Amino acid sequence: MKLLKLIFFLLFFIFYLNNVYGENSKVDEISKNLRCLICQGQSIYDSQSEFALSVKTLISKKLEKGDSERDIYDFLKSKYGDWIVYKPDFNKYTLVLWIFPLLLFLFGGFLIVRKVFIKGNKI
Amino acid sequence: MKIRLSFIFLFCLILFVAFVFYKSLFDDKNYAPKNINNKIENISIKEFYTDKNFYLKNLFEEETLMAINIWASWCIPCRQEHRYINKLSEIDNLKLVGLNYKDKKNSAQMFLRELGNPFDIILTDTDGTKSIFLGAYGVPETLILDRELKIIKKYIGPINSDIVNEIKTIIK
Repeated sequence: MKLLKLIFFLLFFIFYLNNVYGENSKVDEISKNLRCLICQGQSIYDSQSEFALSVKTLISKKLEKGDSERDIYDFLKSKYGDWIVYKPDFNKYTLVLWIFPLLLFLFGGFLIVRKVFIKGNKI
Repeated sequence: MKIRLSFIFLFCLILFVAFVFYKSLFDDKNYAPKNINNKIENISIKEFYTDKNFYLKNLFEEETLMAINIWASWCIPCRQEHRYINKLSEIDNLKLVGLNYKDKKNSAQMFLRELGNPFDIILTDTDGTKSIFLGAYGVPETLILDRELKIIKKYIGPINSDIVNEIKTIIK
């Protein structure tokens, strides 16, 4: 009886984990990179709103038609703007966004270098 | 020297952050994308009663503008805005198209029987994908298109008497 229970639980967990960690479909992969515009802080993948469900249906339809990942992102960007993708393109509008953290990092490094080396030499 | 430099930097940073926060106080909270492609592809959508496919451009007769209202019987704000949609139907030179969004046919027909059918033609979007081609977020939403299928105006959410008046001025 004990053995039967054990087998049952093992089988249960095998199937369960298969569902959780099973191979991600292409639709999941793409929808994880898309922001659900009407639900705050959720991706299209996470959301169960009508909007998100429609986008997921559209993605699978477009994939069936043979569109590439790039095509789908471009299509949605043309409809909803850059905001729908989590990773923004590098262009003149997003220049500050991309460059500023780098500048901040360099400035911090500069401060550390000054503090450690230049001051250390004096002593 | 060292203290002063970091002080100036900190000061600038605080000033910058304060400026950003202050500015966003007055921003419109509704997100509306700028510089997007405002032109809709000439897609074909199924008609509500007959299931025949219609191309958007072919819906125009002598009208110069088209209003597409996306609605569903399960959507409460659609119920509230319906009397304003009825008013839109009185405007000349405007093709009033209804797009039934993810709805059951029976409930949609009940909705129209109860509140009236102001639409010149009703199209149906069973899985919501056609609405994405229109750049729509959900229901209710009203779009004003010209003959080239360019979006002239987009109203997210239920329309009211102010918007009806605004649409009247757009057409004149």
